[in-house]
Amino acid sequence: MLTVEGLDVAYGDFQVLWEAAMRVGEGEIVCLLGPNGAGKSTLMNTISGLLQPASGRITFLDQRIDGLPSHRTVAEGIAHVLERRRLFPFLTVLDNVLLGAHNPRARPHRAAMLARVEALFPVVRERRSQLAHTLSGGEQQMVAIARGLMARPRLLMIDEPFLGLGPRVVRQIGEIIRRIRDEEGIAVVFIEQNVELALRLADRGYIFESGRTILDGTSAELLQSAEVKRIFLGDVAL
Amino acid sequence: MSAIPQLVVSTILLGGIYALIAVGLTLIFGVMRVVNFAHGEFVMLGMYLAFWAFALLALDPYLVLVVSLPVFFLAGFASYGLVMRPVIRESHNVQIFTTVGLSIALQNVALVLWTGDFRFVRPAYYSVVVRLGTTAFNVSQIVAFAVAVLFTAALFAFMRWSYAGKVMRATAQDRQAAALMGIDTDRVYGLTWAIGIVCVGAAGVLLAPLYPVYPTAGLQFVLIAYVVVVLGGLGDMAGALLGSLIVAAVEVIGSYVIGTAWKEVLYFLLFIAVLLVRPAGFFGQRGAEQLGA
Repeated sequence: MLTVEGLDVAYGDFQVLWEAAMRVGEGEIVCLLGPNGAGKSTLMNTISGLLQPASGRITFLDQRIDGLPSHRTVAEGIAHVLERRRLFPFLTVLDNVLLGAHNPRARPHRAAMLARVEALFPVVRERRSQLAHTLSGGEQQMVAIARGLMARPRLLMIDEPFLGLGPRVVRQIGEIIRRIRDEEGIAVVFIEQNVELALRLADRGYIFESGRTILDGTSAELLQSAEVKRIFLGDVAL
Repeated sequence: MSAIPQLVVSTILLGGIYALIAVGLTLIFGVMRVVNFAHGEFVMLGMYLAFWAFALLALDPYLVLVVSLPVFFLAGFASYGLVMRPVIRESHNVQIFTTVGLSIALQNVALVLWTGDFRFVRPAYYSVVVRLGTTAFNVSQIVAFAVAVLFTAALFAFMRWSYAGKVMRATAQDRQAAALMGIDTDRVYGLTWAIGIVCVGAAGVLLAPLYPVYPTAGLQFVLIAYVVVVLGGLGDMAGALLGSLIVAAVEVIGSYVIGTAWKEVLYFLLFIAVLLVRPAGFFGQRGAEQLGA
């Protein structure tokens, strides 16, 4: 459903992505792996239209979407949950979630989506009139994902969903990501630093280093790969 | 002692007008992170609108007020599209030069079109004074105050409870996240700018019967508005209301006790003191990030 080909992205003169390539099929869970500064977030931000690519193409559901501004890509069916949740801190949880359905394709279904999202994330109902910045990190992450789902996406992109969360919350969010795919049929792409955690959850993975896609494969393949061990553990011979 | 009720009434009436000017400024800053240095020129345009409608068509300023709302809304949208939109993603320096440039351009257009003469709007009720107990005040002052408070309250309610207001606050709090919700942030900025200009244009119309009208008439008010907005915390509308009352109190009481000539000195001393002690303003502990949380 999503195809990225030969994507070059630069901040001014400083190029951060070189010919990045990626593909996501219907109902797949895909993880983007790689050290800090490898270009994973940049790739996500370019897909959602926060950044404009220098060259390359992004196709979503047989339509070119590169160059579209963010408020248009979300209407095409791509929801993007930013790193560190980025809730609207001084709006209530309910207002945050309702704004998730701002795009014209989702707005008519707002009430129905809210009910579904509340079933998936009880915290959205329990904390609905609390200001978003008063929630714990785990609660904020759930509200952020709930807000993303309100857009009725076909593809949900989550930048570091497990960042800074305790093991119990990590497990909860992992389960929810699976349910989003299994029950709602939404494809999920996420970024994670922990290889084990990411590949246990994902069907496939892409590995980035210094702005290039250097390796991809199914989770099983990647878990076995010597190359993955080299990148993430260093090739120190002891 | 007998002067106290009068000082209180004068403070409140003056504070209401300052609030209307300051609220537009703080709204634009809160959502767009742009300090509008051309704000005073829209006060001036409001005053001229009232003056010409009165001089040529014999229209009462308060009738003109109603007409001025759509006029300034359109003027706001037009000035956003022509002047602000191209620089909205640029650095603060570029934006400061842009709004200062707009200010100078508007002052000089006014000078060329309408000369530098002081002009006055004097409706029949100009000299009517209302007495209440030991206090006395001018009818124009009361109307200006009432409309200013109504406007400020309406804007506050709009930002707090309406969906459009929430969209504007969301954009103010996180522009990128807002865009990812499907919010066209460019349109939100245009709307914010236009609403801010409506507030300040309406303030100009209300001020026309009270102050002389000339091309740089806006400057005296906008300087006060900057003080007010810094006192209340940039982007904070409730703070702007409180800041307006404080500046008005300093001005009224200072004029009474020390002399009118000293009023600017006094509120700029207050301004400097606030910058030293609480640079984020009275309610500014959350930083300038929030807007009517």
